[in-house]
Amino acid sequence: MEVTVKIFRYNPEQDKRGHYETYKVEADENDRVLDVLELIKGHTDGSLAFRRSCAHGVCGSDAMRINGRNHLACKTLIRDVGANITIEPLLGLKVAKDLIVDMDPFFDNYKKMLPYMINDSPLPADGKERLQSPEQRARFDESTKCIMCAACTTSCPSFWASDEYYGPAAIIAAHRFIFDSRDEGASERLQVLSETDGVARCHTAFNCTNACPRDIHITQAIGEVKLAMVTGKLD
Amino acid sequence: MANIHQFEVIVVGGGGAGLMAGLYASKTAKTAIISKMYPTRSHTGAAQGGISAALGNYEEDKPEWHMYDTVKGSDYLGDQDAIEFMTNEAIDAVLELEHMGLPFDRTPEGRISQRPFGGHTNNETGKPVRRAAHAADRTGHMILQTLYQQCIKNKVNFFDEFQVLDFIMTDGKAAGVVAVELSTGELHTFHAKSVIFATGGYGRVFEVTSNAYAYTGDGPAILLRKGIPLEDMEFFQFHPTGIYKLGILITEGARGEGAVLINGKGERFMPKYAPTVKDLASRDVVSRAIYTEIKEGRGVDGKNYVYLDIRPETVNKIAAEDGRTNPDGSPLRITGEVVLQKIPDIVDFCRVYLGVDPVTQLMPVQPTAHYAMGGIPTNKFGEVVVDDKGTIVPGLFAAGECACVSVHGANRLGTNSLLDIVVFGKHAGLKAAEYAASAEFAKMPEDAESASRSEFDALRGGAGNANVYDLSNEMKNVMFADVGIYRNEKDMQSALEKVRELQKRFKDVKVGDTGKIFNTELLNAWELGNLLDIAEVVAASALNRKESRGGHSREDFPDRDDANWLKHTLITKKNGKLEISYKPVVITKHQPKPRIY
Repeated sequence: MEVTVKIFRYNPEQDKRGHYETYKVEADENDRVLDVLELIKGHTDGSLAFRRSCAHGVCGSDAMRINGRNHLACKTLIRDVGANITIEPLLGLKVAKDLIVDMDPFFDNYKKMLPYMINDSPLPADGKERLQSPEQRARFDESTKCIMCAACTTSCPSFWASDEYYGPAAIIAAHRFIFDSRDEGASERLQVLSETDGVARCHTAFNCTNACPRDIHITQAIGEVKLAMVTGKLD
Repeated sequence: MANIHQFEVIVVGGGGAGLMAGLYASKTAKTAIISKMYPTRSHTGAAQGGISAALGNYEEDKPEWHMYDTVKGSDYLGDQDAIEFMTNEAIDAVLELEHMGLPFDRTPEGRISQRPFGGHTNNETGKPVRRAAHAADRTGHMILQTLYQQCIKNKVNFFDEFQVLDFIMTDGKAAGVVAVELSTGELHTFHAKSVIFATGGYGRVFEVTSNAYAYTGDGPAILLRKGIPLEDMEFFQFHPTGIYKLGILITEGARGEGAVLINGKGERFMPKYAPTVKDLASRDVVSRAIYTEIKEGRGVDGKNYVYLDIRPETVNKIAAEDGRTNPDGSPLRITGEVVLQKIPDIVDFCRVYLGVDPVTQLMPVQPTAHYAMGGIPTNKFGEVVVDDKGTIVPGLFAAGECACVSVHGANRLGTNSLLDIVVFGKHAGLKAAEYAASAEFAKMPEDAESASRSEFDALRGGAGNANVYDLSNEMKNVMFADVGIYRNEKDMQSALEKVRELQKRFKDVKVGDTGKIFNTELLNAWELGNLLDIAEVVAASALNRKESRGGHSREDFPDRDDANWLKHTLITKKNGKLEISYKPVVITKHQPKPRIY
């Protein structure tokens, strides 16, 4: 089938502002949007810039706006979006070139969450693993799935309004440790998240949950963090 | 003015091996990790089924059994001293990951959960053993995340989205690397005492592959151009179960949980090929079995695929026939819910890409190019070894898939890749820091960047009648068809000629994008140059080895030939010509014998 693809183009070395280019390509309905981008880059305009790596939805490189909503280009098939496709960079992060945005602020927010196991207690005397029941492990399973693609954060109206807001992906990173029974850093993280740019900026728009390519219930997880902050309970 | 940085240790690559190396090197040496992507994008994150260690959390297991299984899996080409070192370190390595916070699945007692995997056996009974420590079907993702988190905690320096283009050697010693910063197009020189390559694999030389776009063999290609040999490049693993056409991996863990392979006639065929462990034989064995079924007309609808069946009714029926049990001894029985819980990502991939629900439908699969057993020759401390006498290049190290220790020999056992990156990443990091503590910086030449600049200039200045996308597809097609699962002299010879023709045409590539900021066209073209160089040595090494062993199966030489070929291949490129030499296999405890599963 013939697919018409309208792509946001911006080359800071040539353009004052972005514009759209339209391409027509032959594609199969089971092709990924990423395959179509590769085809355009390969045969029509090699300068088209986008990130990609694994091509099956686990590395998080190719989040972008497809027909107005955030998706991974490699996890979105032509049959899902139809023969007229508009592709634009993520919102709320500075466009570096075409579909590539500056991800540094996103990763900086992640790092503010102390996203690593904090546990200064001695290891088990036998040198083996810290014990954790399957139920305790299940408590934070959702948030371990995050691939940091930024689809959630850049779909959030609060993040658009203020890029000081840490954003849903960072809160998910905090959630992953706050609810891990082995971790002892919950109070430090909850302190960070209680600041002005923390969870208070979440107004439960649910855009993040809808945008997540890993089907993480992000809004619910943020709610759990808010509740933990109020009650001090972590179970 | 040039951008010059100085670190004692430079790690090239931010996947599992690179992060582990960086983490350990940075404990005592000023270290930086240079990665062409944000590290969390690395392909370690795509590893699914597990990491092996004889923890024995469900049933008896021993490092010695793990060692023997790895030796047997390698078709006796793995170096047994290195394998023993790895399997002895495995338990502590997995426990260390847990202590770092890795969220393994748990046993009812709260210990790390383990599942059966291909080629993992109880050496006394020959039956499958639960050795693969796992976190659902995203174990690699968890390892990548955990190691990246530890690097943040320990304030390791990162240069994200910097592509390393060249390795600089002065008087035979490592002096550093040259890299391009993707966001600016600027070249940077990194002066270092130790350089650790951890750039991953090169599955993108093949048409159907589970590998990421990023897997373009950069490290091995750069070192090949510097006259460093590559080892055992003919051994590439085709994983039996890739999603048909797309090549996306379906973990062996699916078969570990009870799934079976079914041909176009609806028959389970693995018992014919591996009577004892059946669907849990080594990957090379299962891939050949699938290919044989297809060749003999038992593919599905006459096409190049078979089915993987994890529907609970099938799994339960076959588990009853085979007498498979749960860890507590009760009969193995699964439900749709268990499938969702054990392999959630696989279910998701099948639904998204195939519109197939594995709980109620069959998954169409075909072998997919998955893992490079060969690579940059190293010893077990990650030091790059350039000949059969153990001669090293002072300051040069490699770890992970780009390296060849060799612990995988002719065929890697499932889950040993994640173990490899953790164990040998760590030791490469430690050794690199130890070397840096006593060594002086080698002199960095004034014109360190000139070779990189000329490479880029050549790509910008070509005649323009070759297209990167087309050349790449031609290479992938010929490599998959003629240097794939089954090989023969005639096809490989023509593949090698084709690759050399593509290398010539590559000189006429003209990169249209003249910009500096995120010039991904230039980068992709440069990566294709690496892939072509790697494809050439893979084809040449395969053509040279006149026997069948592990992942290297020749129709014209169907048997393993220990008398003539129980040796590693070393291939170098000198003045544009490939030269092949050999080095002996280290055999300590297990003499080669026929390999039956």
